[in-house]
Amino acid sequence: MESSAKIDIPGNARTRDAAKDKMLAARGAKSKVPGQIALYAFITVFVFFCLAPFVWTFLTSLKGQNDLYAVPIQYLPASATFASYNQIFHIERFTRSLLNSAIVAGSATAFSLVIGAFCAYAIARLNFPGKNILLALVLGIAMFPGIAIIGPLYRNFQDVPLTHWNLTNNYLALILPNVTFTLPICIWTLTAFFSDLPMELEESARVDGCTRMQTFFKIVTPLAAPGVFTAAILLFIQAWNEFLFARTFMSQPDRLTATVAIAQFEGADAASAYPWGQITAASVIVTLPLVFLVLAFQRRIISGLTAGAVKG
Amino acid sequence: MATTPRAAATTTPATNVKNRPSIQGRADARLGLTLALPAIIVILLVAFFPLLGTINDSMHKISLRFADQPRPFIGLQNYADVVRDDRWQNSVRVTFTIVLVSVFTELVLGMIIALVINRAFKGRGIVRAAVLVPWALTTVVSAKMWQWIYDARWGVMNDVLMRLHIIDKPIIFLARPEVTIWAVIGAEIWKTTPFMALLLLAGLQLIPADIYEAAAIDGSTGWSNFWRITLPMLKPSVLVALLFRTIDAVRIFDLPRVLTNGGPGQSTETLVLYAYNTLFTSLNFGYGSTLAMSTFLIVVLISFVYIKVLGAPTQGGKR
Repeated sequence: MESSAKIDIPGNARTRDAAKDKMLAARGAKSKVPGQIALYAFITVFVFFCLAPFVWTFLTSLKGQNDLYAVPIQYLPASATFASYNQIFHIERFTRSLLNSAIVAGSATAFSLVIGAFCAYAIARLNFPGKNILLALVLGIAMFPGIAIIGPLYRNFQDVPLTHWNLTNNYLALILPNVTFTLPICIWTLTAFFSDLPMELEESARVDGCTRMQTFFKIVTPLAAPGVFTAAILLFIQAWNEFLFARTFMSQPDRLTATVAIAQFEGADAASAYPWGQITAASVIVTLPLVFLVLAFQRRIISGLTAGAVKG
Repeated sequence: MATTPRAAATTTPATNVKNRPSIQGRADARLGLTLALPAIIVILLVAFFPLLGTINDSMHKISLRFADQPRPFIGLQNYADVVRDDRWQNSVRVTFTIVLVSVFTELVLGMIIALVINRAFKGRGIVRAAVLVPWALTTVVSAKMWQWIYDARWGVMNDVLMRLHIIDKPIIFLARPEVTIWAVIGAEIWKTTPFMALLLLAGLQLIPADIYEAAAIDGSTGWSNFWRITLPMLKPSVLVALLFRTIDAVRIFDLPRVLTNGGPGQSTETLVLYAYNTLFTSLNFGYGSTLAMSTFLIVVLISFVYIKVLGAPTQGGKR
């Protein structure tokens, strides 16, 4: 169990894949060509299944009004135009929502990482009373339905107890729940990562006279940078996609996040009753940061996701 | 993972003086609690206390529609009303139709995909990236995309189905109760199958290859390998994946909110959507809190059953 629980460091995974390729190629030397064809056919269908809706959205976003509402529908735009993109970047509500989403998701990720890293280190390396209760609490948050706390949060944000602050339309009202709900993934990913760091380094640092905290900041943190980065990607994606709280705690047009802005999308002008060109363009823009993260860091994302979720 | 023995080992190296372990142990315990404290405080403040607030609200009659209305305590009256509420029963039916159909389909599809991806082939990187696209995509965006795909006049779904001669006139996907729920389920399956496949794939990669080699020597191949080795070895991964996906599907909100807003009628109104509308459209905070609590209790019940089956409590799947 212990031995198989290795974090997927990119280089590591690549060599493992290569080794596997070789092994399977050797095994499959006698395998038949039809099998290979069936395999690639399946893979093609599967990749199509995953990408088609997004590709269709992208194609739609490039169409002009005439192509867009042509009957029968046209698959490829007669001439690609960026008019829809041009229009949405003149809708202030939308551009502002991108900034809001970046602020909320970015801050939530940062806070969650700091809080989660301390907690994960404690879980991975230290024995303390109530550890099992803490683990149960974290698991509980991972499965917690946000609807079960949204009412009291809504009322308390309008009038924060003791201080009488009004946090409605304040970024904090979204950052706080996002920090809370990203904590489980953060703690699991980082605990798995810390546990896999070699103990000897920390021990020798402590023999040399470092305190636990010095060891944490000087030895563990630099070593854990890849793990922290992986966690950061996962948390950012989760916070960027949040909708329930964003829709409830933000009502001012200049405070909406991108998810809410898209959900409530209306055309730049009243005349465009079906602003599908703009909606699809906005969808592409909101998705781009995520697609970029996915393409750039797919190995990290997969290892992070599965490190937290399944390890025998 | 054996975190406990490991940590214990560090505090009691063989060379220690007699009383060292307990001092070190106490220092570790204090440091451990201190480090975990910020996380505990956030969880208590943002999740635990508000949950108590919801429980309290659920036993009162509260309407935010008028400012100074009395908010009498009515005990479990709301709960009794919820159970007899036709609209609640409908939302439970809708939610569980979505949960059962989508999670089962995802499991079967995800298993097939994981088994295939686990084999060696060129272009595995592309497949990995493709798998992650539906997963990473914002649910709200995915709902908008599917709304456009399902569009009755300009939707690509009708066009494809008609070109393939599967249907001969367009289906109005989002306006017929008996069809719309399937449209929602279809979008949900598209979005979440990849996640299921990834979790199962991770489980597959933990199965040591020598088991298959040993089985091959015994003459076992193909299907019998799958039923006798792969599936039993994969059981923990399957259960964890099922637990997380089931709970996730019970909480479904974003997709039906944006794709159908629960319509037509209440044919796609899920539990959370009904609770949300009662809270923030009707501003009925007492009854709405009770509906929210019903979701919470169902989630607790399901996870309790799963964890019983899983044997030990998981730390996010790690045992």
